[in-house]
Amino acid sequence: MEFAGFLARRILWSLLVLFGLSVVIFVIARVIPGDPARMALGPTASAEQVADLQEKLGLDQPMFTQYVRFLTGLARGELGRSLLTEQSVNADIRQTFPATFELVLCTIIFAFGLGVPLGVVAARWKDRWPDNLVRAVAIVSAVMPSFFLALLLQILAGYVLNILPTTGRLTPDIDFTPLYTGMLLFDSLLQGRFDVFSDAARHLLLPSIALGAATMGQIARITRASMIDVSRQDYIEAARAFGIPDRLRMFKYMLRPAFVPPLTVMGLEFASLIGAAFVVELIFSLDGMAAYGIRAILQKDLNAVMGVVMISGAFFVVVNLVIDLLVGIVDPRVRIRGKRA
Amino acid sequence: MTEAALSNSWQNWYRFSRNPTAVIGALIVISCILAAVLAPLITPYPEHSGSFVDFRSRHLPPSAAHWFGTDNVGRDILTRAIFGLRVSLLLALVVLGIAIPIGTILGLLAGYFGGWTEIIIMRITDIALAIPPLVMALAVAAVLQPSLINAMLAISSLWWTWHTRLIYSITRQLRTQEFVEAAETLGASKFHILFREILPNCVSAIAVKTSLDAGFVILIGASLSYIGLGIQPPTPDLGTMVADGASYLPDYWWECVLPGCAILFVALGFNLLGDGLRDMFDVEDVR
Repeated sequence: MEFAGFLARRILWSLLVLFGLSVVIFVIARVIPGDPARMALGPTASAEQVADLQEKLGLDQPMFTQYVRFLTGLARGELGRSLLTEQSVNADIRQTFPATFELVLCTIIFAFGLGVPLGVVAARWKDRWPDNLVRAVAIVSAVMPSFFLALLLQILAGYVLNILPTTGRLTPDIDFTPLYTGMLLFDSLLQGRFDVFSDAARHLLLPSIALGAATMGQIARITRASMIDVSRQDYIEAARAFGIPDRLRMFKYMLRPAFVPPLTVMGLEFASLIGAAFVVELIFSLDGMAAYGIRAILQKDLNAVMGVVMISGAFFVVVNLVIDLLVGIVDPRVRIRGKRA
Repeated sequence: MTEAALSNSWQNWYRFSRNPTAVIGALIVISCILAAVLAPLITPYPEHSGSFVDFRSRHLPPSAAHWFGTDNVGRDILTRAIFGLRVSLLLALVVLGIAIPIGTILGLLAGYFGGWTEIIIMRITDIALAIPPLVMALAVAAVLQPSLINAMLAISSLWWTWHTRLIYSITRQLRTQEFVEAAETLGASKFHILFREILPNCVSAIAVKTSLDAGFVILIGASLSYIGLGIQPPTPDLGTMVADGASYLPDYWWECVLPGCAILFVALGFNLLGDGLRDMFDVEDVR
């Protein structure tokens, strides 16, 4: 039951974080710039046009009233209207978020799917060549700028080998409308279009690697460290003394407790992963929320910017809640202690 | 310096020089800093660091005269990459110069006093952690002007959180240790306990974190200018150079790939140094 209380506390904190986030975002978008309407319309707009837009968007109200309106809007799940297109930011984000979610999901799968085995291999052959190789890979991938890796992958796979598509989510001549989630990988399966599935997967491969390499390196490093840590525990020594074979010991007794630190790291790393997604989406022309956010930023569409930053923050908070839950499942001690390791 | 401290620093130096990762990292970092500081003296074509144009020598591949080749208006890429290091290093210096003192002090306060101080500081830290620094920098660049100063302010406004978390967790462990309790019993001031008793024990962790962070701040700065919202041309910047070069792929690959390798090189240096220092000081959990 302590675990339920722990989760309840975490959910409460998450709400508090979201509230704080809304204050920060409001300050950035409404207080710093002075006049968002003037910014959206540009220097050539007449005073009447600016006043008109100000009134329409409620910018003539006092700051506090504006904030309360922004907050009540958020509570109802309304992010306001775009200053430029005057369309609802909600609709825009609903349209663009699935692509981002799909990319982030594939990235996480890539980062764990490769990072954990590499970490296990490095720990198993500690201080021998596999370990050194994994450490080198981890360091280089950690310092590789994601935009540079993206460009290198495009050169290699796109121009030199010409085996993978380098831009977009689907080959243009494929006729496909996602009906359910907006995520091509899921919808193509649900709608029974396996050709679309493989095409979408091919398009996602390079972006996921570019976005996930840094996290993959971190996960490999942390998995290695925590496997070595766990291998020094008494119960592992006992298992060794009982003659439990190497492989069984590693996969059955060590991997599970060793899995907690990488999960925790993933939670913290997630913010920088979203940040990097902004650049990666741009380079691979994936029409996701990050690309939408960059467009909004370049056009000084502040409501859209606020919406995107808010959703990014909420994404981070939700992912961390899920990770708390996963940690509780992987490591039962957490359920009693009520804290991440 | 007392004899004990002296032998201690010798010991540290010995351990440092026996750690190849740390030495290689330190060499890379020092050479980058020297190159950046001495850029006008050591670069082959210092005049190319501005808005110089020579269309006759545009898109030249790497050669003896131009080791990194030339860009789309005929400027020497090596020269501009070395000048670009200045921007990267300045960004790291300013961001960490702001973030470390703030983060350290807040971490000390939250870790030592506990109670409401801890709750308020750590909850604000949680909020700031939820915002990706790059996104913050993008938003600030949109609201104000894209410039180096704004990028610095935006990134530092979030970066202190990592140091707060680090110092907080160390302080909490140290708070109940005997030397702190002894100082408390002797009636030492809070200031003395925080800055003379606890802080010196955080120094090695701060050093490791600073070195690792410098690399990551440089990467964020490069991403920002890659999008075009960092420092503005004609000031040479590595991220901007990669972005400009990318439009001439794959024929003139060096215009994009070589400046990118320069970013990788300097970030790698800081990371290796931090890694080596971590092994040396034996502070496992600093990332």
